Amino acid sequence: MMEATWIAVASIVVAGVTMAVGSLAPALGQARALSQALQSIAQQPDEANTLTRTLFVGLAMVESTAIYCFVIALILIFANPFWGGAVGG
Amino acid sequence: MTLSPDAVILWRVGGVAINATITFTWLVMVLLTLVAWLVTRGLASQARPTLPHTMVEMLITFVLNQIRDVTEQDPEPYLPFVGTLFVFIAACNVLTIVPGFMPPTASLSTTAALALSVLVAVPAFGIARLGVVGYLRAYLRPTPWMLPFKLVSEASRTLALAVRLFGNIMSGTVVVAILVSIAPLLFPAVMQAFGLLIGVIQAYIFAILAIVYIASGTSVQAQDGRSGREKGVTE
Repeated sequence: MMEATWIAVASIVVAGVTMAVGSLAPALGQARALSQALQSIAQQPDEANTLTRTLFVGLAMVESTAIYCFVIALILIFANPFWGGAVGG
Repeated sequence: MTLSPDAVILWRVGGVAINATITFTWLVMVLLTLVAWLVTRGLASQARPTLPHTMVEMLITFVLNQIRDVTEQDPEPYLPFVGTLFVFIAACNVLTIVPGFMPPTASLSTTAALALSVLVAVPAFGIARLGVVGYLRAYLRPTPWMLPFKLVSEASRTLALAVRLFGNIMSGTVVVAILVSIAPLLFPAVMQAFGLLIGVIQAYIFAILAIVYIASGTSVQAQDGRSGREKGVTE
């Protein structure tokens, strides 16, 4: 029982830390990309279409790192591979 | 609070459990087909276009222009696939505001299927345009050492495509469900309105990424001549 408790504690804590760090860094990167894009649109409003589309694609690429963290957090909480062995599944 | 519409069994047909994901996917399909049928029913070349007809034309023109801008090719061959992706995902996400409707895109099964269809469509369009040899040679450019990286990139972008849509829509519904239980007065409505915006943007991003991947699979031969535009480099 002790073992299962430790696995649960570690999983929940690490899932929280994963989401915290994994959303912090992409958020900073996305904010930077967004501010640059806004500046560019303000300077060249004619190119707004291309800029917006490129911005969306770029944001999606940056976001994928956050998504990997999200997947790991989800696996840790809902599909923990170590949980079955400890509880006796 | 249910996390995935996969877990909600709505009814059983002869021992086969039909869950909410399948049911609402069918519902959206029927709805879209019905709308398309109703709009194009009285189509004639001389008649004045009706309001719904004009709106659908606007949507198609928008998708065509986006495809043309990204691929710099004739957008017609890509319209059915990319347009369907956009319309289906947008319909699923926007119908979230209907009470009782669980968006099929909040289930990883749906988004994984959509991402796999993109994974299949990229080589399909590439081979149709460049031929088998021409398409496969792109994997060995600029050097054969790039082959493993390209394969990893194909796998990881498919995973990211599926999980991005799933994560955004699922978290939207879960946040609304949590808010309903702790602050049911006004905030859930605000978050749902925000969810509509997120849903349409995610549908747009999914479709745009599908076009970008297809474009990168179909435009290898022209890469020597002009490669600047697609990477967003202008002047």
